[in-house]
Amino acid sequence: MSALLHVNNISKRFGGFVALDQIELEVHEGERLGLIGPNGSGKSTLVNCICGTLQNEEGQVYFDGAPMNGLAAHQRTHRGVARSFQLPRPFHSLNLVDNIRVPMLYTVHKRTGPLHADTVDARCIELLRLVGLDHKARQMPRDLTQVEMRKLELARAVAAEPKLLIADESMAGLSHSEIDDILSLLMRLNERGITIILIEHIMSAVMKFSQRLAVLVSGKKVADGKPDDVVRNPEVVRAYLGQ
Amino acid sequence: MSTLKFTLICAFVGAGVWFGGHLFGIGYLFFAGYTILQFIVLSSAWNILGGYCGYVNFGSAAFFALGAYTTVFFYKFYPLPIPVLIVLGAVVSGIVGLGMGYLTLRLRGAFFAIATLAMAVVLQTLVVNWDYVGGSRGAYIVRTESVPVFGFALEYIEYLFLLMMVLAIVSLVASRSIARSQLGFGFATIRDDELAAEASGVPTLRLKLIATTISGALMGMAGAPFPYYIGYLQPASAFGLEYGVNSIAMPIIGGTTSWVGPLIGAILLGSLQQLATVTIPSAVNLLIVGLLLVTFVVIAPNGIVGLVQERLRAWRAK
Repeated sequence: MSALLHVNNISKRFGGFVALDQIELEVHEGERLGLIGPNGSGKSTLVNCICGTLQNEEGQVYFDGAPMNGLAAHQRTHRGVARSFQLPRPFHSLNLVDNIRVPMLYTVHKRTGPLHADTVDARCIELLRLVGLDHKARQMPRDLTQVEMRKLELARAVAAEPKLLIADESMAGLSHSEIDDILSLLMRLNERGITIILIEHIMSAVMKFSQRLAVLVSGKKVADGKPDDVVRNPEVVRAYLGQ
Repeated sequence: MSTLKFTLICAFVGAGVWFGGHLFGIGYLFFAGYTILQFIVLSSAWNILGGYCGYVNFGSAAFFALGAYTTVFFYKFYPLPIPVLIVLGAVVSGIVGLGMGYLTLRLRGAFFAIATLAMAVVLQTLVVNWDYVGGSRGAYIVRTESVPVFGFALEYIEYLFLLMMVLAIVSLVASRSIARSQLGFGFATIRDDELAAEASGVPTLRLKLIATTISGALMGMAGAPFPYYIGYLQPASAFGLEYGVNSIAMPIIGGTTSWVGPLIGAILLGSLQQLATVTIPSAVNLLIVGLLLVTFVVIAPNGIVGLVQERLRAWRAK
């Protein structure tokens, strides 16, 4: 089976600092991949290179069999790669429905042709219902709690109807019940056929969610495999607990 | 309200102002009104890039001057009617706006603002050293006493007032239509968070280029009739500080997130300045702008429109 996402030996430097060193990673359709690593290991840089926020200097990113190097971030979103941000970045001057409407108008329209305004409205509300925010549809992002903000972030990413969703630390700073909330939401999205890469520090959540785990340490991939095997990997243990 | 209805209402109000001016029979009303209308065009144009997209342009005077010098160029090269010159001014300024956007829009915040200011300085230097359009000496424009319009002989200032009224309506309709369109929606996402906009599929660079082009074209349109209004055009007047400062201050005072803000700001500040011009030394004009700007930034950072919206929200919440 060919991979939906193939990160082929990519490297990224910031001046003399090597943030990513020949990373090789494959993600298959419908898969739930956990991507972990200590702070500064290059997880967010890798996400930025996949999504087009940063351009990798070496290697190639293939999505759905097509190369993506040189494409701008919005073009990658049009191809089917969506992301949520580590710190929620809602559009503050737009209410919740309009926040969801943006990817519909600029990404889904691009793929399917113009949708009727009523159809867009109905889909926006349906997505807000999926994340449990439909009762706040006309409110502004400033009225949301932290967990609601994270849900809005995920709903906006899903509104682009992606094949691949990259959730960057969607559970940071949340309580146990809120983490369970987000986890079940991600599971539901995966059941809808969306491939998900979860970047997270909360190991219990990663272990519960992931079918496969990849570990980055100092810009290098040190492990990739079944979660139970990976957490016992000596290099991973050393990276997290020291010598 | 549909765009057609809005345009008709604008035209109706414009006609009312026009006949009101005639009723009073004071020529100065047209002279002062022209300036206020010109600022409505400039502030609406600035707001498309500065307010809707959040990119502060300090080079408004350069686009205005480009329109004015396009007129001077054709006045000497091949005299054309002012409406045609307005279109040409819009085309030239729009193209320069597109070019400026392409060169500078990868910059953000203060860096973008400084780049637009630098562009204004470069253009002024070019004009100062271009003899054909008068260079640093300036250029005289001779205008006739009156102009025939639909069989009526209008005084020249009335004719210019009428033209600027049409341009003000065009800029308001354009500004309002953009705010309510998918384009305006995209502009708002750029203003709020450009990274998130890109991640949502918004082609931010293309949208910003559209904004600089439309904004530049409208400013050029406002500048095209200016040489006929002033009679003698020199670089210092066309690239004047008042255009750069006013086109920023008026939307900020009125409110930058809608088309109404620049209109309110331009009428308020433009009228105050016209009042000041005939009552106190002209240098105080910019002082008024500065003081009002500081006051509004402190007490109403979202402008008059924002202040009213906040009060309404609070009142509804009670």
